[in-house]
Amino acid sequence: MSNDRLERGGPADDRQPSAGSVDDRNPQDTTASRLFDLRTIIGALFVLYGVILFIAGLFDSSAEIDKANGIRINLWLGLAMFLLGALFLLWVRLRPLHVSTGPSAAEQAGISDGPPG
Amino acid sequence: MTQDSLILAASGGRLPVNTLDYLILAIYFLVVIGIGVMARRAITTSEDFLLSGRSLPAWITGLAFISANLGAIEILGMAANGAQYGISTVHFYWIGAVPAMVFLGLVMMPFYYGSRVHSVPDYLRRRYNNPTHQFNAWTFALASVLIAGVNLYALALVIQSLLGWPIWVSIIISAGFVLAYITLGGLSGAIYNEVLQFFVILAGLIPIVIVGLSTVGGWSGLKNSIESKSATGAALFSQWGGVGVGHPTNPLGDWIGIVFGLGFVLSFGYWTTNFAEVQRALAAKDLSAGQRTPLIGAYPKIFIPALTIIPGLIALVLVPNLGKGGASITNTGGAEPTYNDAIPRLMGILLPNGVLGIALTGLLAAFMAGMAANVSSFNTVFTYDIWRPYFRRDRPDSYYLRVGRFATVGGVLIGILTAFIASGYSNIMNYIQLLFSIFNAPLFATFLIGMFWKRATPWGGFWGLVAGTLGAVIGHFAFTGLDIGSWHVWNPWVTIESTQSQNFYGAIIAFVADAVVTVVVSLMTAPRPERELAGLVSGVPNPDAPPPGPKPVWWQSPKLLGFGALGITLVLSLIFL
Repeated sequence: MSNDRLERGGPADDRQPSAGSVDDRNPQDTTASRLFDLRTIIGALFVLYGVILFIAGLFDSSAEIDKANGIRINLWLGLAMFLLGALFLLWVRLRPLHVSTGPSAAEQAGISDGPPG
Repeated sequence: MTQDSLILAASGGRLPVNTLDYLILAIYFLVVIGIGVMARRAITTSEDFLLSGRSLPAWITGLAFISANLGAIEILGMAANGAQYGISTVHFYWIGAVPAMVFLGLVMMPFYYGSRVHSVPDYLRRRYNNPTHQFNAWTFALASVLIAGVNLYALALVIQSLLGWPIWVSIIISAGFVLAYITLGGLSGAIYNEVLQFFVILAGLIPIVIVGLSTVGGWSGLKNSIESKSATGAALFSQWGGVGVGHPTNPLGDWIGIVFGLGFVLSFGYWTTNFAEVQRALAAKDLSAGQRTPLIGAYPKIFIPALTIIPGLIALVLVPNLGKGGASITNTGGAEPTYNDAIPRLMGILLPNGVLGIALTGLLAAFMAGMAANVSSFNTVFTYDIWRPYFRRDRPDSYYLRVGRFATVGGVLIGILTAFIASGYSNIMNYIQLLFSIFNAPLFATFLIGMFWKRATPWGGFWGLVAGTLGAVIGHFAFTGLDIGSWHVWNPWVTIESTQSQNFYGAIIAFVADAVVTVVVSLMTAPRPERELAGLVSGVPNPDAPPPGPKPVWWQSPKLLGFGALGITLVLSLIFL
């Protein structure tokens, strides 16, 4: 019986005219577009942390490297965080959020395709 | 999830932090406030503030869903369990979380999201009646602020032991930050910060695992060191060893308690009816995104034990005398480390400045995540489920937006008060945590019956919930004995060795009491007319169902995501049997 409901709520639902669904999504999309893009914040913070750690890692004393069992963990984590941050920024670049004042149907489709989840 | 070991016994062992670490911490706190300030621009209505305008994509709500659970109490507590109980601790993740998250996404979300309820209590109002609604709204609101206070106090204890700040300074500063970004940014502020926290927490935990494992000689080195240490050491590497009914030697008790108590009642109760979790899914932009929220959250949940249990085990090898400090909060400042000190101690031993700052930031971020989730669900329930229906109806929306902001301030203030009370009486934390599990366990029975049995009546729901709650209280004290002050009321009726197992059986009692009373009272009272149940009960379609949203591409299919998570969990369970 749960399957039954899932299917009805699913995309195959033919009782909902597609125009109606676009109308219904309007207010939601405007809230979404007024919200800033979180991906930029995560990307920027991780790039910054990555740079800080990497620089700190370059000047690590041998005592500090020994502490981490010989792993230059500041360098490595710095590099990893930098890359993750850069990936987020790249994602924003490739799939920007459409901040639109008068959203057209095409732009709306862009928003819903935007950040894939 | 809830457990005894959340009792944090932060003890000696200052971290060798320097300016670099503080710089990393300061940058993070600036960004947190910045997110609150920027999220404020998107808020014009109370729904924007309390439900994020139901506008967020699934990857954001999904990561917030897991982050709201990934509080520091959870992280430190699970590392403690890892040190104390070993690999069995994965039961809290693989049996105690993933199946319930998949169930929420695939089976329950269509009712929650499809009926457009704004909260968990709101569902009870529409499915049952106002008394059921009030009972649940008040108990949830109360439990949320109390738990927020517990988080705050635990945070202050950790900051005190790691950095040496006085308790009251930590409480006020951290409460101030949470208050600022939620009052400004509402649920969006909370959720956005939770997603950021998720990544920072991972960045803090991963180096501990990498450096730790390298230091002890890899996984096999870890296993050898622990197994050679003592006879009990070997048992730490068996997940299902010793779960026979009658004479369980597994630290989590027998399999009935694990599977039905933890895996069914406690886990489903927590993940599917705790509004602090469900709220994240309700903020998603459409039904498909709502369904995917807990499913996306399930994937990190499968792998997080690697970042909590493994450090716990590593700490057994690297931290001398781990666990000798007892498990009580009263040994704060004691010389011997408790199990809860596993991760903080490892940070001090293994991480150089820089990475240490990241790990510290991650830990503090996790505390704020835990507290913010409680506060942001409290203000929604208070505004929409308590104030609007029962105190001031039919005001303009801007009025309720203001109420939401005041509720946030009020919730944080009560949290601070609770934190200070808890700092005076250590066992209050136990009782608060107990309270929360007491309200969660029976609730799942009420939901399950309500969603799948049309005949369940309003009063059946109400009395079932009351009976389940009483059953949970009685069940708890039946196993622990009851003392009120110096008055010894009774001894334990049944002896169960493992505290965790006591909780699991207590939950089973609560569930059964709730279910039996709901069914019996329902058979004696009149059900609601079927048209009032549209969209709320299986088999009663909803003519006003919200639009399904754009057709998801194949890899976004909820069924694929859900069964994929279950499949990975099954495979991992077999590998680490």
